[in-house]
Amino acid sequence: MSVAIIGTGHSRFGARKDVNVPELAWEAIKPAMQSANVDQKEIDFMVVGTAGLWSSEAAVPPLLYEYGMFEDVGSMRVEAACATGNAAIKVGYTAVESGEAEVVLVVGLEKMQESPNPTVIELIGRFGSYFWEFENFGLTFPGYYALHATAYMAKYGATEEDFAKVAVKNHFYGAKNPNAQFRREITLEQAVNSPYVAWPFKLFDCSPITDGSAAVVLASEEKVKEWGVEEKIWILGQGVGTGTANLSRRDSFTSLKSASYAAEVAYRKAGIDMGAPYRQIDGANVHDCFTAAEIIAYEDLRFAKRGEGVELIREEQTYIGGRIPVNVDGGLKSKGHPIGATGVSQAVEAFKQLLTRAENGRQVDVRNGRYLAHNVGGTGHYTYVTIYGLEKR
Amino acid sequence: MEDLKKAAETNIREYGFPVAIDEKSGALQWVDMRDLTVKYIISIENIQNFFEGLKEGKLLATKCKKCEELFFPPQKDCPRCMDEDMDWVELKNEGILETLTVIFVKPPSFATYDPYTVAIATLEDGVKVTAWLNGDPKKVKPGQKVKIEVSRRKEGYFMYEIVPVEG
Ligand SMILES: [Zn+2]
Repeated sequence: MSVAIIGTGHSRFGARKDVNVPELAWEAIKPAMQSANVDQKEIDFMVVGTAGLWSSEAAVPPLLYEYGMFEDVGSMRVEAACATGNAAIKVGYTAVESGEAEVVLVVGLEKMQESPNPTVIELIGRFGSYFWEFENFGLTFPGYYALHATAYMAKYGATEEDFAKVAVKNHFYGAKNPNAQFRREITLEQAVNSPYVAWPFKLFDCSPITDGSAAVVLASEEKVKEWGVEEKIWILGQGVGTGTANLSRRDSFTSLKSASYAAEVAYRKAGIDMGAPYRQIDGANVHDCFTAAEIIAYEDLRFAKRGEGVELIREEQTYIGGRIPVNVDGGLKSKGHPIGATGVSQAVEAFKQLLTRAENGRQVDVRNGRYLAHNVGGTGHYTYVTIYGLEKR
Repeated sequence: MEDLKKAAETNIREYGFPVAIDEKSGALQWVDMRDLTVKYIISIENIQNFFEGLKEGKLLATKCKKCEELFFPPQKDCPRCMDEDMDWVELKNEGILETLTVIFVKPPSFATYDPYTVAIATLEDGVKVTAWLNGDPKKVKPGQKVKIEVSRRKEGYFMYEIVPVEG
């Protein structure tokens, strides 16, 4: 059974002190349901991706059930660190694919700024192995990825300036996205002169602490036919990988094994050639929680050979017009990274791009009708790769 | 946060509620009256030999008696053999630096420390170890020789660390 996204919604990302948790969620749920042309009674199942901890409300699906006046609907909360959003899509996708549900609402939500920044830094640092990495060695989220950045620099000769180029690109496109947290371009000088957070990462290598929500309505092929839905994209394939809790139990720090694996599975399911997948995909959203993570993603996703990912950013091959446009919504870096919302936001972006609805200056050329989303939880602790398409397989 | 708490205290008296205005957006916030402190109590019952070893300056791992797999961090169980018949063995304390980072923006629970270097080393018997690097991070790079030492933290407890080897 093929599964389509038939409606999408997306809040403005940023420091959303103007709304509480259900109000923020509703900013995405309402347009998702309206664009899908479904009402509360037609939703069979509701999946809410939210990592929580920093925000007050824990029983989020019931809260949204109540606020949104839903009826007789199953629900669950999903968590897979920063891959929570795409994990929530996975649950909804599986429910429809199996025939268990016909219409599913998937909500990704995070209100990180209900806690002060230091508290959030403390909590995210605990997303690896608590006892063997955090308790005695105080690793932070930037620190985990910085360990990869250092290894990549040592092995392939990349520089801090190379990493900064990723930030410059993502801010260039984020400036054109009305939902982005930082709607401004930055210069290479600004990026390289910002203070260190976790060497070799500086402030401008890091995604921000963000409030935001995104939602999609999934429907079965039968429902799409029955309702004659015209505006839709299909989920062509999904791959999911898991990594060890401790980085010390891994072989490589220049690749995320979970991501390479998830990409292979997703490509196989979507019928995409693994030799040069970028030839069959119009654009991608990759998990640029940190600049170096985007470069490593190029390689894990086979957009470039090992060690050559850095060449793609040096040669501006991931801008529109290059080998494959990446993060032309600003990515996590400039659009913001509300943990649970990010993976769903990537799906909303795929919908927008494939139906050529993106804002001026950030619309990719749609030739193949396929878009890729790469959503990583922790430091490759989970990776979800999803391929969306205009035509079902 | 302290500013918000103060504003909320004032506003309880003047306005009747623990509220404060967010400086940037001007939006009205309720400042939570409930605090939560989290402190975990973690079982080390089955890996206490590891801590005994550390006291003697040794880094211990578990080794499956059947398949000889080395586990670090030490595990009670060998999932390959579905068995828990383990030896405690001392790891070779020399190895190669894999990677490092210097943590400048620290979690609040590490606020009393200066910026610290976290490194990963591969020891001679193939096991990787994550620990603080005791040395100048500017003078080391991946690929260089390191060794494991045990020292006392400023709180007084023993912990292993990665130390660069000269030359
Ligand atoms: Zn064994």
